[in-house]
Amino acid sequence: MPSFVIAEKCDGCKGGDKTACMYICPNDLMVLDPNEMKAYNQEPDQCWECYSCVKICPSQAIEVRGYSDFVPMGASVVPMMGTEDIMWTCKFRNGVVKRFKFPIRTTPEGEANAYADLKGKDLNSGLLSTQEADGYVLKAPTELA
Amino acid sequence: MALPNKPAGELRAERDPKVEKRDVDVLIIGGGMAACGTAFEITKWADSSTKILLCDKAALERSGAVAQGLSAINTYIGENKPEDYVRMVRNDLMGIVREDLIFDLGRHVDDSVHLFEEWGLPVWKKSDDGKNLDGKKGLKAGTLKGGATPVRTGKWQIMINGESYKRIVAEAGKKALGADNILERCFIVEILNDKADPTRVAGAVGFSLRENKVYIINAKVIAVACGGAVNVYQPRSVGEGKGRAWYPVWNAGSTYTMALRAGAELSMMENRFTPARFKDGYGPVGAWFLLFKAATVNGLGENYAASPESKAELEKYAPYGTAAVTPTCLRNHLMLNEYKAGRGPIIMKTSAALAKLAETMDKKEMKHLESEAWEDFLDMSVGQAGLWCATNTEPEKVDSEVMPTEPYLLGSHSGCCGIWCSGPEEDWVPASYKWGYNRMTTAKGLFTAGDGVGCSGHKFSSGSHAEGRMIAKSMLQYLKAEGSKVTGFKETDQELVDFVYKPVRNYLDNCNYTTATDVNPNYCKPAGMALRLMKMTNEYGGGIGTYYMTSGKNLEILMEKFEMFREDLDKIAAGDLHELLRAWEINHRLYTVQAHCRHIQFREESRYPGFYYRGDFMGQNDKEWFCFTNSSYNKATNEWTLKKVPYIKIIS
Repeated sequence: MPSFVIAEKCDGCKGGDKTACMYICPNDLMVLDPNEMKAYNQEPDQCWECYSCVKICPSQAIEVRGYSDFVPMGASVVPMMGTEDIMWTCKFRNGVVKRFKFPIRTTPEGEANAYADLKGKDLNSGLLSTQEADGYVLKAPTELA
Repeated sequence: MALPNKPAGELRAERDPKVEKRDVDVLIIGGGMAACGTAFEITKWADSSTKILLCDKAALERSGAVAQGLSAINTYIGENKPEDYVRMVRNDLMGIVREDLIFDLGRHVDDSVHLFEEWGLPVWKKSDDGKNLDGKKGLKAGTLKGGATPVRTGKWQIMINGESYKRIVAEAGKKALGADNILERCFIVEILNDKADPTRVAGAVGFSLRENKVYIINAKVIAVACGGAVNVYQPRSVGEGKGRAWYPVWNAGSTYTMALRAGAELSMMENRFTPARFKDGYGPVGAWFLLFKAATVNGLGENYAASPESKAELEKYAPYGTAAVTPTCLRNHLMLNEYKAGRGPIIMKTSAALAKLAETMDKKEMKHLESEAWEDFLDMSVGQAGLWCATNTEPEKVDSEVMPTEPYLLGSHSGCCGIWCSGPEEDWVPASYKWGYNRMTTAKGLFTAGDGVGCSGHKFSSGSHAEGRMIAKSMLQYLKAEGSKVTGFKETDQELVDFVYKPVRNYLDNCNYTTATDVNPNYCKPAGMALRLMKMTNEYGGGIGTYYMTSGKNLEILMEKFEMFREDLDKIAAGDLHELLRAWEINHRLYTVQAHCRHIQFREESRYPGFYYRGDFMGQNDKEWFCFTNSSYNKATNEWTLKKVPYIKIIS
């Protein structure tokens, strides 16, 4: 189900410091044509349809068309990312439409606690830093063969 | 006519790239769950003078197997005992596993899950009256760490709203390590050995996917954690759909190949995973089996798994086949028997399952259940949702086919191939299982986690992260004790540039000989080589084409084909930086899948029926083969060595 870029909507992220889809694609598929200032998927048969490019595109210029070798035409699955939720619109070939909203995170973006001030004490123990801080006792197996 | 010949990609490769040299103490290769775990944990233990660098061929925010998201965390020990976790993994993997590594993982994994929830990952909870609470509602019921009850779909799995799982985990890893210590779009292709002691690692070399630049990195200790191997066997979809792999299509076996070529022993590489998934879309079936209690039937509508014939078949593989939970490979085995007897396809009765649930639910609850079913796909396999939409498949009305996929090689899911690693330095760990540093490979200073660690599957996302954290400590122990013994590698900058950019030179030297850039007798292109590799493994190495059946003679022929393939890789050509990525990935895929097939050749039994069969050695032969099989490779002489390693039972 390779991603495709709608020519009219893509502006090559010219307002940003990098092309969002090119930045995010885990398989290095999205690429910018610098002359046209448009992005495209350079290797559709290596697309995992992970939707990373679709979700990140600031112009909503990227969608996905079902794999040509087994997916009948006419359906679409379109996400809309928010800060706390993602909305999905699933259109069936026969016109049925289903909409879903799912939570994606419970903290504001950028607020994941990296425990910057936590320093471990005993490098030679088997405890992870937060286990050590919590006073966790490392278990050894008791039900031995 | 498209003359003059030019590369297809936008970022043209140049003959002489820039060179950027780095000198670090710790190098982390990879950016998935395991590497993000290492990035987070290592900063808690390293002193401020320790130089750490992480190289990811993609962007951390969406790299690795969790890039798309996940709808469940498959390993959360919680109220269970780590001993029972070991027993579950051991049974699923037909007895031969490293119980020290599995137990060790089991006593650490929950700590990572607790962090995920704290960082913002929504974890479902059970309310007092037995209802499922997701998102922020789940948090109101308390945290897992505080003792709240998760929504279990099986004994070990818990449900999450996991669309942004990787973004959250990457965020914590990036913040901890610092952006200055992370190189994204840097593909490391080879680990380099120490010039004074070639059994030790001393650095690595790679290149940028964004500019013509080779990275040459001196490092005293290295973690390699780049996932498993995908597209090493011909997939069922051979057009655009070959991207719709079950495991991430960008996993190129880099972990195994780089470790192997650096001198590390691989173990149980014969093990593979061919998951049974919804046909074509490869959407997850776990929630349908476990949460919605759906049944599968054969083409005649029979519950084939409960037939006397199937029961008799499972008894052949006792005690694994007769255990309370049938091992994954044997469930495939029963399915394959139906196909071969002409009783296919295998159909999951989603409609019946939802109808049964509707009997005890009101309309609002059913609506929520439908939403849960779709979230299962939309969180981790959007393409399956797309396929259902395109085929007008509403699961309450229309059932779906389930089918085993092409083979995958991995060590973190329901598979256990990987690198032979030291266990923890503790009394209960047998002497032959430990050599100083937890999860160090047999190459000194080289560590791994996640898919990299062999003989200990069923870690999944959470276990891979925890294991990445665990090696942060053992790497620093090694750095402290042996870091000063590292003397650097013998290769010169020029030799390394020539090595990494060979495919570019092959292209530039020859591209004008013909009038079409892809067909040229003087070089081969990665796209063609990828198909060549998958054709040979499919036909001779037990792919889908033969219902996963192979034999000694087939494997003998395959080895000859592998060797010619290896020779031809010297002529692989890349005209742009994307193609250079593909050229190196196909190199990594070759060594990994070759190790896989050499192990199958060496192990003269069929340990994992349903995953693969040796037609000349059907069934299990515990007398001869209840042991690990380890392989090593000498890159100077191109010689492989395979051996048996005793299995030691630790847990009763």
